[in-house]
Amino acid sequence: MGVARYWRQQDQRYNLGGSKCTICNREFFPSRTMCPICHRRSLGKMEKYHFKGFGKVTSFTVVHDPAPGYRSQVPYILATIELEEGDLVLGQIVDCPPSEVEIGSDVEMVFRKLSEEGKSGTIQYGYKFRLK
Amino acid sequence: MGSGIVSYGVYVPRYRIYPKDIGRIWGQDGAAMGKALNINAKSVPAPDEDAATIAVMAARRTLLRVDVDPQEIGAIFVGSESHPYAVKPTASIVSEAIGAAPHLTAADLEFACKAGTVGMQACLGLINSSNKNIPIDYALAIGSDTSQGAPGNALEYSASAGGVAFLLGHEKVIADIELTMSYTTDTPDFWRREGMKYPSHGERFTGKPAYFKHIQETAEKMMRSMGTGPQDYEYAVFHQPNGKFPITIGKKLGFKMEQIETGLITPYIGNTYSASMMIGLANILDKAKPGDRILAVSYGSGAGSDGFHIVVKDEIERFARERSPLVMEEISHGIPIDYSIYVKFRDKIKMEGE
Amino acid sequence: MKKLAREVAVIGIGQTKFGEHWDLSFRELGIQAGIKAILDAGIDSKRIDALFIGNMSAGQFLGQEHIASMIAEEVGLTSNQIPATRVEAADASGALAFRQGLLDIASGLHEVVVVGGAEKMSDVTSDIAAGFIAAGADQAWEALFGATLPALYAIMARRHMKEYGTTMEQLAAVSVKNHRHGKMNPFAQYQSEISLETVLKAPRVAEPLGLFDCAPISDGAAALVLCEMELAKEICPCPVRIAGTGQGSDALAITNRPSITEMRATKKASERAYERAGITPKEVDVAEVHDSFSIGEIMAIEDLGFFEKGDGGPATERNDTTFGGVIPVNTSGGLKARGHPLGATGIAQINEIVLQLRRKAEGRQVKDARVGLAHSVGGTGGTSVVHILEVV
Repeated sequence: MGVARYWRQQDQRYNLGGSKCTICNREFFPSRTMCPICHRRSLGKMEKYHFKGFGKVTSFTVVHDPAPGYRSQVPYILATIELEEGDLVLGQIVDCPPSEVEIGSDVEMVFRKLSEEGKSGTIQYGYKFRLK
Repeated sequence: MGSGIVSYGVYVPRYRIYPKDIGRIWGQDGAAMGKALNINAKSVPAPDEDAATIAVMAARRTLLRVDVDPQEIGAIFVGSESHPYAVKPTASIVSEAIGAAPHLTAADLEFACKAGTVGMQACLGLINSSNKNIPIDYALAIGSDTSQGAPGNALEYSASAGGVAFLLGHEKVIADIELTMSYTTDTPDFWRREGMKYPSHGERFTGKPAYFKHIQETAEKMMRSMGTGPQDYEYAVFHQPNGKFPITIGKKLGFKMEQIETGLITPYIGNTYSASMMIGLANILDKAKPGDRILAVSYGSGAGSDGFHIVVKDEIERFARERSPLVMEEISHGIPIDYSIYVKFRDKIKMEGE
Repeated sequence: MKKLAREVAVIGIGQTKFGEHWDLSFRELGIQAGIKAILDAGIDSKRIDALFIGNMSAGQFLGQEHIASMIAEEVGLTSNQIPATRVEAADASGALAFRQGLLDIASGLHEVVVVGGAEKMSDVTSDIAAGFIAAGADQAWEALFGATLPALYAIMARRHMKEYGTTMEQLAAVSVKNHRHGKMNPFAQYQSEISLETVLKAPRVAEPLGLFDCAPISDGAAALVLCEMELAKEICPCPVRIAGTGQGSDALAITNRPSITEMRATKKASERAYERAGITPKEVDVAEVHDSFSIGEIMAIEDLGFFEKGDGGPATERNDTTFGGVIPVNTSGGLKARGHPLGATGIAQINEIVLQLRRKAEGRQVKDARVGLAHSVGGTGGTSVVHILEVV
């Protein structure tokens, strides 16, 4: 697999780099080239925006049957998280037993390995979350 | 104008394994082994942690404590013996992840357990350059490791994971580094060949001619240069491959337990290799007051020591320590795991397709 | 809403048994279903003008793309070089192929069209298959973070439980009911009943969903023949009219949707289909809905307007969605028991509805069924397709 497809999204994954529409002041993650509310008026008016990385769990699952390459992490917690700024993001919650996670739990971003292209390929890094 | 530590931050993985659980697997009295080594538990990285993720976390926590624009950082050095790539720098990952890229220099360092302190020296050199053509005001030195000991080897009781970052500069310095000196010889007490998963060591050879000699030579040379004696320091911190060696060398050099104990972190989390002495130093800075003097000496097998004479400044009273976890807070959240989870987390199981 | 230019009917149906066909290849499955449908329609294959095939991922499962040409040739339709087109929208591919066939005839371009769907999933191991199925979710923002399809549906399920009080027992009741229905379908992968306890005690795949909350990995193909209505009335004794069609889309990633306890794509697709058919949900006599996961059926019967939001679970528990209930749902056994060969599913659903409207569903016949609905979802709801069929 080529490396560029991960590389070009590094800022988004490393630092929750999204975008902000300067017309309606809404923040978006992942980054968008056009605001889905302001449409063409927002073209060229989207700014880079880094989310702070704090949020609340809106739902979650504990994965026991992983996709290939995620076996060493099972059981892992995968959650939808409402960021302080308002947008939703999907990510793992690490470093706690599943019994400690609830809808509404406060979380903060941490930096982790997301996946790797086998033992000889590149490693993809990015955001995961931890209970605050 | 002084130069030294502007900020620092630590990160230690949450998982812990205890000596008795390691000993049980290998038919040894693990609890006795732990006692002999003065190691109560060691930190274990989660399967999605490596020296790069740990370095990034430590670096971010360092920057949280000060209002320094990451773009002003002119150099990043990451010392580790467990860089995730053999070729491709950890330092560039850190640079990108903390927003310091692209206008800086960055590199990985390796010198067993002292690669992080070599980074501190390199940073000091850059920020103190009198050459105006080297315009670097801030530099970041990181020690970060997820070290491994071969299953069943004595090293398995101590080799752990953790990271610490020191931001060095001239402004708002919380602790001046007034002197740094090193001592280097070709002493093969511990090594890992290219492509090998686990290191080898010379057992008792790692002690007297290696660890003890290098630290002693460095510390004594430092104190001679500064005209100081052990009584002139509030704190002393040494590399800590176990919880016993640093006490032994400290006492030999004439330090008292109360000067040494604050910097002793290995008893709680094991030997974090490149981060080992530096985490001890971080714990001292968590508690230090203006005017305190610290003697810090690292040791890296192969072999060498770097010494630092540090004086804590008034600025530490205004330093926003509380924005990131203190060392003792950070290491207090242990999640116990047994040996089977440990071997899974540490990639010691041969998986399908391997 | 403007009427379609021409009315279209289903005049032939066919499918393979769904399940593990160790001895049959993708081609052979496709032929079996296609020939059955053509024979069922009782037409000369020379009258077939075009072919549409729904398939999610032969490229991943078999390394074979360009399958429309392959199937056309195997079914003997390449002698006249008819147009053959593959349609893809994850596991809604079959339903979407059906819609393309319908539009093809309605537009006046063609008179008789064969629509098929096929998937061969058992040639790879189950974890590899799970990875391929996850390709229907967002690779960059879901799968890379360890998301599988069951994991994403599990996240929806937990939220649904939180917002509406849906219970594990209600989720399990969906699978129990669909297995009971599947027992009466000779083409179903599972023709055996399961108990509530079995579902509840099964190993968890992604909490709260367990093994029996998830549709299986299946091989299978289904096909049908569509025909312009006037011609259909001449050549077919029992044409079934396609009364309504609707399609909707939504964000690929669940985090880009305002709510994860409903599928906006389904709500919109069904509104469009009802409007075109000129009916309300109450007038539907039998429905095949997308239960790739048990929570999927609960959300579907709410979003399709059969039950109030939040009443999907209780309705299932009240037996409102089985024979004799408010509306029998998934009389074929659904994706859970009939099997879920991704691209074939949407076509198999229509086959079941046609069978019901022809009153040929035997042991599982819904009495006096006049209007049937088929609902198919791609992935976690990025695509939804709804069709309404009626007795002529």
